[in-house]
Formats: sequence, C-alpha cells, structure tokens
Amino acid sequence: MSAPSPVVELRDVSKVYPPTTRGGAEVVAIDKVSLTIDAGDVYGIIGYSGAGKSTLVRLVNALERSTSGEIFVNGTDIARLPERELRPVRLGIGMIFQQFNLLGSRTVAANVAYPLEVAGQSKEARRTRVGEMLDFVGLGDKARAYPDQLSGGQKQRVGIARALASQPGILLADEATSALDPETTSEVLDLLGRVNREFGVTIIVITHEMDVIQTLATKVAVMDQGRVIERGDVFDVFSNPQQAASARFVSTVVKGLPAPSELAVLRQRHPGRLVTLAFRDSSVDQARVFGEFAAAGVTFEVVYGGINEIQGRSFGHLTLALARPGATDSAADAAIDAALDRVRTLTTVTEVR
Amino acid sequence: MDSLIDLLPELWVAAGETLYIVGLTLFFGGIGGLLVGLGLYLTRAGSILANRGVFVVLNLLVNIVRPIPFIIFLAAAQPLARFVVGTGIGNAAIIFTISLAASFAMGRIVEQNLLTVTPGVIEAARSVGAGPVRIIFTVLLPEALGPLILGYTFIFVALVDMSAVAGYVGGGGLGNFALLYGYRQFNPVVTWAAVLLIIVLVQLVQFLGNWLARKAFRR
Repeated sequence: MSAPSPVVELRDVSKVYPPTTRGGAEVVAIDKVSLTIDAGDVYGIIGYSGAGKSTLVRLVNALERSTSGEIFVNGTDIARLPERELRPVRLGIGMIFQQFNLLGSRTVAANVAYPLEVAGQSKEARRTRVGEMLDFVGLGDKARAYPDQLSGGQKQRVGIARALASQPGILLADEATSALDPETTSEVLDLLGRVNREFGVTIIVITHEMDVIQTLATKVAVMDQGRVIERGDVFDVFSNPQQAASARFVSTVVKGLPAPSELAVLRQRHPGRLVTLAFRDSSVDQARVFGEFAAAGVTFEVVYGGINEIQGRSFGHLTLALARPGATDSAADAAIDAALDRVRTLTTVTEVR
Repeated sequence: MDSLIDLLPELWVAAGETLYIVGLTLFFGGIGGLLVGLGLYLTRAGSILANRGVFVVLNLLVNIVRPIPFIIFLAAAQPLARFVVGTGIGNAAIIFTISLAASFAMGRIVEQNLLTVTPGVIEAARSVGAGPVRIIFTVLLPEALGPLILGYTFIFVALVDMSAVAGYVGGGGLGNFALLYGYRQFNPVVTWAAVLLIIVLVQLVQFLGNWLARKAFRR
C-alpha cells in the first residue's frame, strides 16, 4: 500500500480581519495553521466556540479567503485563485451545515439537483443522480416534499444528499449534528460513516460534541484562539492530551479528573486519601492494579471518574478513596504508600489533595 | 346625486386613467425598485458583491429621495421629466415621476425583503460553486418571493396615493376627478364616489396580494 496522499493541506495559513473600530486591533481568526488531511480520513476539528473552527473549514472551499499561507486542495493551491476559478474546486467539495441551509422554495429533489444544475448537467442525468442520492439517504419517498415538511434529521439527510450529488471527494461538516437530538444525531453519524466507507469521501467535521468524534473521527485537531494546539489520532489526543487547553476541552466531554469544586465535595465526604489512576488501553491491567490494593489490605472506593471507548480502545481516569481499616493513622499511611509504590509501576498515579 | 349620475362617464374614464397610471408605474417603479433593492442588498458589507462606495451612494440617494413629499418631488423633478419623456405635464410626466419616486421607496422595501433570506442558504449555494447572477435568480428572489409579493402589494397603495395628485400637472385619474368635480363644485357625493372606488380597488389588490403571498409561503 502506498503512503496516503494529502487531499487537503494547509501551510501557515492565517486569516486576519481588519479592525472593527478605527484604531482598534486586527482580529486574528486563524493564526498560522498548518494541517494535513489524508484521503479517506475523517478528520475532527474540536474546540470551544470562537476558537476559529468554522473559519478554518471555510478556508478549504474558499467561502472565506485566507490572508496568507497556502491551501492545497487535491494538489492545487486555491488560496489565491480568483472567485470565478473556484467553481470546479467547490464542485469537488460538499458541505453540510448546522442549520441545514436547504432552499425553502424548492422541493427536496430540486434541492439535491441544485449542485448538478450549477455543474451544467442535463435534466436526465440530474434526475438519475437525484434518485440515487435520495435512495442512499433513505428519503426516496420525500422527493416532492418541501423542506419545511421534514424533521430536522430528514433535513440534514437532504443536506447530505445535496452535498454529495456532484460526487465530491471531500465533505465539510460544520456542526452538522448540533441542532439534532441524540437519537437523530446517531442516525446522521451512521450515514456519514457510510459516506466515508462506501464512497471513500474524506470528511472534515467540526464539532464540540464528543459523540461525533468518538463514533466518526479517525484523527482530531484541537483548536484554541485560532491555532491548532494539538493534533493526532483521536485515541491519543483524548486519552492523553498534551496541552492544558486541550486537556480542559477533553475534560468537559470525558469525565476524568475531578474539578476543584467537585474535589471539595469529595474531600468532605471522604476524609481518607484520594488518588487518581490513569487507565489507558491494554497497557494497564486493571485487575492487577486493584489486586495490589487488596494484597496490601487497602480498601478502596471508586468516588469519581469514567472509562471511555474510542475505536475499540478504552481509556479513562478513576479517583479512589483509600483506607486501611484497623490500623493506626501512621501505619495506614505506610501501608497505602507501599501499595501505591507498587501500583506506580503499573500506571500513572496522582495523589489528589 | 343626480350630478353624480351625469358624471358617471367621466368617473369611469378617471378610474381607467388611475388604473393606467398605477399599472405602468407599478411596472416601471417595480423594476426600478428591484434594481435599487438588489443594489443595496448585494453591495452591503459582507454580501456577495460587497462594495462600500456603491452602497454608500445608493443608500444616500434613497435616503434623500424618499422623505420628499411627493407633490414637491413632482414639481422639483419636472425638468428631468421634460428631458426624459419630452413633457413636464400630463400622464406621461406623472408616470415617469411616480416611477422614479417609487423606485427608491420600493428599493428600500426590496432590500428589507431580501434581508429575510437566511445568509446560510446563500452560503450553501456558494459552496456548490454558484456565482452571483445564479444566486440572485435561483436563491435570493425565489426564497424572498412571499415577502416581495407583500412588498409590492404595499407599494401599490402608495402608487394609488401618488397618482391622486396627477391633476396638478395636468394628468387624470380619480384624484383629479374628485378634486375637479367634487371638491371645487362643493359636491361631497362626487368626492365620496371617487373615494369609494379607490377603497374597492385597494381592497381587491390587497386580497390578491395576500392570496399570492400565501401561496408563495406555503409552497
């Protein structure tokens, strides 16, 4: 198998907005971002709102123009292309939106046909393709309905059918499930997964939802204040974030270490010693860890934490309250310390104070 | 009452003239309004043809023309009417002047109607490679059709209002009729006959507009 070829590559890309007030400061929306997305990836971009995720993804199909840097899409630098030369580029990149953005004055079928009209396809070709796409998203019977007669999930499926009508190799998903309920979200995510597997479409998905990354993405980039602060395999970034800001983001979606306010409550309830253990994939044998405590006569109670699963691999943090019944304070401490020393050889232990 | 019966032929002619003036000004002013409105919408900051210079000039022009009371505008624009349609008096001059005033009034309404179209829908069209002209005809105007129909219905009433002063520059219509045969002859019955006809006309058009808009909204 040959090395994966990048379909999208950003090199030192910045997007700077002029000051909104006279003499004010420029607004740096995207700050020297470099990012490589390979064919077949489902690349998640996460971060708090205002981090620049939406702007970044719009640079890829030039809905937003960059201020500096190079943006390669299928090997062509589109950063400086004039507007009228962008049409073929955009026909090769589908996009779906949080608010679906369907044309309310057109039927479902006519919405899906829209990119094909822009591409100048014949009426018969359009009809065939629209039929295929509506069958693919499971809305063959809704062809003549209008968008306001559909549920949110159905609207997004129409959005997906429209985005894929012109057979693009890349799909941009801008918070595509954020306006949907959890059940509908998983339906739409399943559909996007099929788009990736069956059509080989490279998907770039912006989200702040853990579900989306967990079930869909293979790689992830964390954005903060216009920068990509961390990137890599989803499992690595989520199980072991390197940057404080990404750890903070990950902790809002993955229950890991207790926050200071939660810790205060735990402290009150559990006067003994609290430790947090990190579990990461099969590298840590949970049974052995707990066995060490049992062997030392140390009792433990799980007071906080969670184990998550990403792409068939699990990771997480558990906070334990430790005690050694029937021993004096100093003897108990010594026994617990001895047990923890052995546990440290198995995994990362953090004493919580 | 007898004098009204005697005047019936003139009343029908006047009603016909009002329809003629309003119909043509709706056509010319409507097109003008659409162009001005599209111009305002497309050139505003962040829009698909954003152009600060054009927007500022157009916006200023609309703001200058719109507040001028029509009867004064009619007199002020007379040299322009003479230049464009060759005469400063009569129905030709009044149709030109109303169309001009209506273009600016309607332009503002069209701009507001277009602003009801969600920017995301335009973004979606851009994302599949649609250019500005295609977006105007396949997204902007169809998506704003309901509000636009109501906007044009609204301007129709304003046109009837403006056409009523046609008599001042030698034009005809129901306004002129009411003034000439009712007011100046101290005959309120004749005046009210004209008023009644105008009310009926406006009601009919308003019903028609509402019905069409409802069809456009329901889709």
